[in-house]
Amino acid sequence: MKENPLIRRYGLIVLAGIVVGVAALILTAAGNPKNMGFCIACFERDIAGALGFHGAGKVQYLRPEIPGIVLGAMISAFAFREFKARAGSCPASRFVLGLFVMTGALVFLGCPLRMVIRLGGGDLTAVAGLLGFLAGILVGIVFLKKGFSLGRAYPVKRGEGLALPAVMLGLLGLLLLAPGLLKFSEEGPGSMRAFWLISLAAGLAVGFIAQRSRLCMAGGIRDAFLIRDFTLLAGFLAIWITVTVGNLFLGNYSLSMLSQPVAHSQHLWSFLGMALAGWGSILLGGCPLRQLILAGEGNGDAAVTVLGMVTGAAVAHNFGLAGNPDSVTDGVYKVGGIGTAGMAAVVIGFAVLLAVSLLHLPGKEEA
Amino acid sequence: MVDARGQSCPIPVVMTRKVLEKEKPARLEVLVDARVAVENVTRCAQSLGYQVKAEPQGPDFKLTLSK
Repeated sequence: MKENPLIRRYGLIVLAGIVVGVAALILTAAGNPKNMGFCIACFERDIAGALGFHGAGKVQYLRPEIPGIVLGAMISAFAFREFKARAGSCPASRFVLGLFVMTGALVFLGCPLRMVIRLGGGDLTAVAGLLGFLAGILVGIVFLKKGFSLGRAYPVKRGEGLALPAVMLGLLGLLLLAPGLLKFSEEGPGSMRAFWLISLAAGLAVGFIAQRSRLCMAGGIRDAFLIRDFTLLAGFLAIWITVTVGNLFLGNYSLSMLSQPVAHSQHLWSFLGMALAGWGSILLGGCPLRQLILAGEGNGDAAVTVLGMVTGAAVAHNFGLAGNPDSVTDGVYKVGGIGTAGMAAVVIGFAVLLAVSLLHLPGKEEA
Repeated sequence: MVDARGQSCPIPVVMTRKVLEKEKPARLEVLVDARVAVENVTRCAQSLGYQVKAEPQGPDFKLTLSK
């Protein structure tokens, strides 16, 4: 039988989208916060909180999904001989970019993956985030077309490539063997969690299939505009459709602007926060999920980016930059969002991204 | 010859496409170091009407694009 070219091209990526969507639905049903079955930014922030890097009591838990994703990607990379230890492509710039991608995501209240999951729950406040993400990606594409590059990575010893997977194993070890060292939220999103084994299994599955399929939230939109390639975008859409259908089926779909779980209606800042995350993701070569996968494949630069994101989460909560969800107190709807510090951080973030973009264009230095 | 080894996504594709569109060569060699770059450059070159042959070269891959 002749293989259908559409299935050959889109089969794996759509399957990956479905797996991620189903995993998100299962995790929410098993206890994770609503519309937050998966969120790379939120979970890295929770891990920063569990380790005491910030003191926001509502967002502290060592989410096993994150180690699961990195280790799942590593297992897949080894199984298919794609594990390659590489590093040396502007690690310091990547650390800073990771920090601001995290800032942008926490201003919006979610990474690009959670943005799609929020949309799949009917959360219309995420539309501003989607538009911002799109805008940020388009700005990033302008610089890619001008020749932006953080430079090449070089082969390094295998130990460098195993650094972040080893850190992740260590975190799992802490959770299971020494939980007394960690902080655990007693209320708020950090207190809502699936049983650790379910979280870990979901993370492993997502890491494995995301590695195989190259799934990337930023890459989908980028490739569609830059090179008219819709492969990765199919994964993005598959997650959206899967989560929407699942939520409709489970009775969790609520198409509304109001009272959405862990979301705010400061639309301008949702837009700008995700624009920052989108632009940063393009400069980094992938969204926060993709950075975890690349780190699992042995990419030391992606590992540094992940550490930058965890630092960004600590910074965001220590300086009160992150968004606060809308809430209802005594029957009064209170709009959340960010304060002046958060707004200043977003503006600084854009300035930093512009500087990194301009400083890494081909120039006289290389001629 | 395009040497895109060690470049992050999607820069190998951007580099290759730039040469293909500007110089319209009958044949072009592209060096990459990741399977994902092989896949992406192959898709891009095929969409521009090129045939692609990929072969491992040590730890890297050499793609030969021809029309």
